[in-house]
Amino acid sequence: MGEPHPHPDHLWRNPQPKRSYEVVIVGAGGHGLATAYYLAKNHGIRDVAVLERGWLAGGNMARNTTVIRSNYLWDESAAIYEHSLKLWEHLSEELDYDILFSQRGVLNLVHSQGDRRDGMRRVNANRLNGIDAEWLTAAEVKAFCPIVNISPDVRYPVIGGTLQRRGGIAKHDYVAWAFARKADEMGVDLIQNCEVSGFDLDGGRLGGVHTNRGLIAANKVALCAAGHSTMLADMIGLDLPIQSHPLQALVSELLEPILNCVVMSNVVHVYVSQAHKGELVMGAGIDPYNSYAQRGSPHVIEDQLAAACELFPIFSRAHVLRTWAGIVDVSPDASPILGLTPIENLFINCGWGTGGFKATPGAGWVYAHTIAHGAPHPLNVPFALERFTTGALIDEHGAAGVAH
Amino acid sequence: MLIPCPWCGDREDIEFTYGGPGDVAYPADPEAADDPTWARFLFFRPNPKGRLAERWVHTAGCRRWFNLVRDTVTHTITPA
Repeated sequence: MGEPHPHPDHLWRNPQPKRSYEVVIVGAGGHGLATAYYLAKNHGIRDVAVLERGWLAGGNMARNTTVIRSNYLWDESAAIYEHSLKLWEHLSEELDYDILFSQRGVLNLVHSQGDRRDGMRRVNANRLNGIDAEWLTAAEVKAFCPIVNISPDVRYPVIGGTLQRRGGIAKHDYVAWAFARKADEMGVDLIQNCEVSGFDLDGGRLGGVHTNRGLIAANKVALCAAGHSTMLADMIGLDLPIQSHPLQALVSELLEPILNCVVMSNVVHVYVSQAHKGELVMGAGIDPYNSYAQRGSPHVIEDQLAAACELFPIFSRAHVLRTWAGIVDVSPDASPILGLTPIENLFINCGWGTGGFKATPGAGWVYAHTIAHGAPHPLNVPFALERFTTGALIDEHGAAGVAH
Repeated sequence: MLIPCPWCGDREDIEFTYGGPGDVAYPADPEAADDPTWARFLFFRPNPKGRLAERWVHTAGCRRWFNLVRDTVTHTITPA
């Protein structure tokens, strides 16, 4: 294939919804668009609509901090995120659109002996799963990312770090637009300003969705609504163990290239990268309370800026240009829920919480498989909704914690 | 966000720890509870877009627990 397209003139049609589809996907974020793309591409299912309440990719897809990595602790997570990372590595060519995927490395800083044991354990677990991971001493951290402060004279000195060199960032809008463009080309209808208000249940059989643009019949309905998943599920009496929280992020003004990788610290609670355009992009943990407000508490921003200034004294004169929040769908074990539901022909993809962006191609791939076959892909079998009843949880709080 | 502690008055939310949605009853007969009942008790909570009854503790103040009703869109608080 030739060079990926820099920025196409035409992205997608804006069709009127048809009366019926084989598959209706609810939510045109990254996951919904990727799912539609792989349904058409891998399974030949092109009679698909993606319904979006607002505008395409205007939710968390527009609000995340674009970090991509696969260095999760448990086998189940490592497998699905690594599948995703391998897809990222060829996505620009696959979608014929330069999504600015940059494998600049994701560095996790370590500040205490407990932290060090966790970090080394994760490096070893990653390697056993065939995922690149390295342990760095403090001096090696400094060599890899020269602006990190490794002075012992701070409250939480950097004593080492873990590095996934294949991790990095991509341009989130381009990712969504690239999937949307290719899905549209293959016949998928992307329908914006179309809000689902209920489900058509005829004698207990799912027949489609009610929307502000009328009834849209569907043989299969796939929910893909992140922080608003429980609102949809409530409409059909499906219980989900999901709580919605604000996750804040911020950017500085545009700066000259200064930060060459993604840096995360779970202890002093910040992660930061420099976007292609030049702004520093930062985030930290969720606000603790449930909220749909797309804003959070100022002290969360204050804390992460304090952390950033301690790790990177050079940032102390930078300015915060904007802060915002997305509504993330947090599950009890910090792992996604992806698979079947007790309602026939209703599928669920949610619970990605703070880490959904990196999973965009991988989640779309396995969700499309699940919808097409009416049975999960081997990679998402462990992520079934039933695990909260069986107790087979996938506890990724350590690897998902602050790190997105 | 200012949270009205019933004992200390309005304080900034940084002084508090969130206890999640309230009114979660322990299974009445725990020996007899089956797996779905335990799953509900442990993992499933209301997540409304609107008014939510919830628990807070004034960690950096009087350290007492209390209930309130907060709107999850506007963050407007009304006493429970």
